[in-house]
Amino acid sequence: MKVLVPVKRVLDYNVKARVKPDQSGVDLSNVKMSMNPFDEIAVEEAVRLQEGGTATETIAVSIGPAKAQETIRTALAMGMDRGVHVTTDEDLEPLAVAKILKSVAEAEGAELILMGKQAIDNDYGATGGMLAALLDWPIGQYANTVSPGEGSVEVKREIDGGLQTVNLKLPAVVTTDLRLNEPRYASLPNIMKAKRKPIEAKTPDDFGVDTTPRLTVVKVTEPKAREAGIKVDDVATLVDKLKNEAGVL
Amino acid sequence: MATLVVAEHNNASLADATAKTVTAAKALGGDIDILVAGKGAAAAAEAAGRIDGVRAVIHIEHDLLDKQMPEAMEATLVALMDGYDALMAPDTTTHKAYMPRVAAKLDTQQISSVTGIEDGTFERPIYAGNAVAYVTSDDPKKVVTVRTTAFAAAGEGGSASVETKATEIGDMGSEFVSEELTKSDRPELTGAKIVISGGRGMGSGENFSMIESIADKLGAAVGASRAAVDAGYVPNDYQVGQTGKAVAPELYIAVGISGAIQHLAGMKDSKVIAAINKDEEAPIFQVADYGLVADLFKALPELEAELEKVGY
Ligand SMILES: Cc1cc2nc3c(=O)[nH]c(=O)nc-3n(C[C@H](O)[C@H](O)[C@H](O)COP(=O)(O)OP(=O)(O)OC[C@H]3O[C@@H](n4cnc5c(N)ncnc54)[C@H](O)[C@@H]3O)c2cc1C
Repeated sequence: MKVLVPVKRVLDYNVKARVKPDQSGVDLSNVKMSMNPFDEIAVEEAVRLQEGGTATETIAVSIGPAKAQETIRTALAMGMDRGVHVTTDEDLEPLAVAKILKSVAEAEGAELILMGKQAIDNDYGATGGMLAALLDWPIGQYANTVSPGEGSVEVKREIDGGLQTVNLKLPAVVTTDLRLNEPRYASLPNIMKAKRKPIEAKTPDDFGVDTTPRLTVVKVTEPKAREAGIKVDDVATLVDKLKNEAGVL
Repeated sequence: MATLVVAEHNNASLADATAKTVTAAKALGGDIDILVAGKGAAAAAEAAGRIDGVRAVIHIEHDLLDKQMPEAMEATLVALMDGYDALMAPDTTTHKAYMPRVAAKLDTQQISSVTGIEDGTFERPIYAGNAVAYVTSDDPKKVVTVRTTAFAAAGEGGSASVETKATEIGDMGSEFVSEELTKSDRPELTGAKIVISGGRGMGSGENFSMIESIADKLGAAVGASRAAVDAGYVPNDYQVGQTGKAVAPELYIAVGISGAIQHLAGMKDSKVIAAINKDEEAPIFQVADYGLVADLFKALPELEAELEKVGY
């Protein structure tokens, strides 16, 4: 089966976001950018499915600026076969991204789409669900374990109360959670090899998708800062302060 | 203007998250109806009718709604949305799983995990809470998930009628197989007044019993960092943070947790934060009201003893 993995270039998870002084957004100039960690987990799962003989071809697709090509290269260095890069300098909303991904999935004949449950920049957690609905495919959100069967895939999901297992008919969308796997580091030879793997260049216009934003960002601000606290010397003082000063015990 | 709020329930009972979402819906203005979609959920529907400020409860029963599978919820909701300008649900995993499906079918950009609503402007944390976005929507129908910790529960005292409706759900392509739910008599993490969480510093699952016995004394919920969940010390549903649960209790006690931004994103709106960590440089101390630099293996037994002294 053909597996499609959308990958997004985001501010590295180790970097603290800084709000621009004019409150128009988050400053992304001269900061480390990386693949969204949940997408890395999706890439790893796709590569494992291919190594295990279930996936016949694995395709990474990124919708983003010229530099998103690096993100696709990372996926290819981890072992995926080829890439599709839909170039845009706009910060597209999940709805527009899902519409483009739908076209890519149909053009590629994908049977399984593995993708992150959320991107750690805008934290919408919406693209997977939207894509599944546009395709009218079932979805397994927050995968902890993915077990492909004959024409179906079983997904153990991380839910608020524990774990839930569902069975999905293929084609299907599966979104990844943190415990699904531990992504590998690409080896140097594989990084070199990835440079020769094909990446197809596209634009949103190629798919006839209207990417006009639906939301207007009025402003982006710093969060409320917490007042600095104090250090206490021992447990007895801690309990005393919590009880008599803070009044929470 | 009318908003449809989707109830959080387990068929048997209605969760507090519903009344909190109603408060968010009130901030949007207009009439508020509640949908209780489930199987054998009559009691939950009745309880929904008692929430203050609710016009009507729509109660829909279907075998395929037993677990509120995303495909079934999509079919049910899309059919109902003609009569509404907005759809709201708490941002628990049940609703987060299908709300984007409904949004896509309505050709609407979902507004996720909002923490405030004022004059039609939605406030939502982004980048692990290191920035806060204020957005307005031009879509004719709004689809909104609500971070319930940011809204107080609407009171009781309503007497909305419960209207039973049918739904048609075609082939969903998905099937519920099984569930392993974490059993606990402790309060639910996102609604608890006190949360005590352990991190990698706990060292093992067995050591979490030190946290659990303190939690039981305090009537607190137990949480964890991602590292503690990844290491298998506790189940996945204990994870507090950007990509786990958001909590905002009266008191949050972080034990052996360094305070990574992803963890802080899920707990820094707590009223009071206490932290126990042996590393005085740990970032958790930057958000803690009360910090104790100590070895947790010494501090936790002492904490339990001190709590006993003050009557717990
Ligand atoms: C995509 C992504 C999503 C993430 N989402 C989340 C999330 O939702 N929630 C979350 O928590 N994390 C999340 N993380 C992980 C996060 O970045 C940190 O790795 C994690 O929070 C660290 O957990 P920790 O503080 O328990 O472990 P560590 O950072 O290893 O800290 C352990 C702490 O314990 C202290 N300690 C050790 N032994 C003792 C002792 N005997 N006594 C006292 N103190 C002791 C140490 O001093 C240290 O400060 C995410 C990461 C990524 C990439």
